Amino acid sequence: MGDWSFFLRDTGGGETYLHWMMTAWGWTLAVAALALIVALLVGSIMGILRTTPSKALVAMGNAWTEIFRNVPLLVQIFLWYHVIPSIFTSLRAVPSFVLVVFAIGFFTSARISEQVRAGIQSLPRGQRYAGLAMGLTLPQTYRYVLLPMAYRIIIPPLTSESMNIIKNTSVAFAVSIAELTMFAMQAQEETSRGVEVYLAVTLAYFVSAFAINRIAHFVEGRVQVPGMIGGK
Amino acid sequence: MNLNLDFGFFNWALVQSFILKGLIFSFQLTIVAMIGGIALGTILALMRLSGKQWLVMPAAAYVNTLRSIPLVMVILWFFLLIPAAFYQALPGGIGTKYRSEIAALITFTVFEAAYYSEIMRAGIQSVSKGQVYAGYAVGMTYAQCMKLIVLPQAFRNMLPVLLTQTIILFQDTSLVYAIGAYDLLKGFEVAGKNFNRPVETYLVAAVLYFIICFSLSMLVRQLQKKIAIIR
Repeated sequence: MGDWSFFLRDTGGGETYLHWMMTAWGWTLAVAALALIVALLVGSIMGILRTTPSKALVAMGNAWTEIFRNVPLLVQIFLWYHVIPSIFTSLRAVPSFVLVVFAIGFFTSARISEQVRAGIQSLPRGQRYAGLAMGLTLPQTYRYVLLPMAYRIIIPPLTSESMNIIKNTSVAFAVSIAELTMFAMQAQEETSRGVEVYLAVTLAYFVSAFAINRIAHFVEGRVQVPGMIGGK
Repeated sequence: MNLNLDFGFFNWALVQSFILKGLIFSFQLTIVAMIGGIALGTILALMRLSGKQWLVMPAAAYVNTLRSIPLVMVILWFFLLIPAAFYQALPGGIGTKYRSEIAALITFTVFEAAYYSEIMRAGIQSVSKGQVYAGYAVGMTYAQCMKLIVLPQAFRNMLPVLLTQTIILFQDTSLVYAIGAYDLLKGFEVAGKNFNRPVETYLVAAVLYFIICFSLSMLVRQLQKKIAIIR
């Protein structure tokens, strides 16, 4: 079943290939986790803006979503990596890891904004009116009435988006982030044991996605809305 | 801030010698993978809904596996696994000249089939059971039922979703970068390197991708309104 011994061999840099792969896995998870935080924050803001009564805010949220949804992720990563630092020269010192986190985060924020908007709009309009009629301000209505329901409704699509973000980090190989796909390409070249390297990396992606799936399942069970379909 | 951008070098000759070739390949790849992917995806969906374990299991394994691996890894896998003999067997020496491009065509068809199959499965399930029973009642076979009653409606119901997936597919074609195939993005990259203007070419690339994808998604939205069945 293949020759796996190279995993314990030295890469020439004072570490084994196995060690290198684990570091690469760490980078993949770090990019994914930080990008997810960016995506959830920005995506929530944009999604909420799109449900407000103000036409200007709705237009802003829509524009954001359309722009970041309709340009391929790889092109967006190149924009962050090549274009933005050469226009905003003060950003030249920012490490490429941070740029990639923002690239993937903003790309995913467009999808999350869609889900947040859909989640809020799936609530009966009466809830918003009831909140306002009780004397809550608009931000309070969102904070205490709409968002606590909306987020719980959209946990399943948010889960698949979190799993997508793990997969999307693989595009970071294009700007030489030392994540799993980069490792796969380089180790394949150095060891000529492509099948074994790719199998190991593919398995690492599987495990990561599965772990997220389980965590999300656990969270979903904890925050279920009683009385709704799928609730207890 | 340094807005020292110069788009003066962009002219028709540049477009013709670098961009057009890539644009054509990106479109070819999208269309081949769409047609092949929908065909293969429909077969996979029918297998999954057949109720026969020996058909359900392999189809489910195929779809779930491909959907949990990043596309870049799938591209690398196929590039590694398709044997050299396959490329050599292709007529006219195109196998050696366009190795990455041919690998991309195969990879995207196989990969997209997994995603299209999930859409088709939802589409088939959206057709009510009574219609299938009615088909059987008038003496149709399973195949006739599917071909004449279920699939036409499934396609119609799912057309907007299938097309939205195709827009995503078009965006994903840029990932053939991993194996160096010459697509739209590569065309812009090569032009940028030749004229030593990477910033401008990446900007134009982003705008062009946006225009294509945004107008296509507007069209899908129009279509969605037009074909919606009022129930």
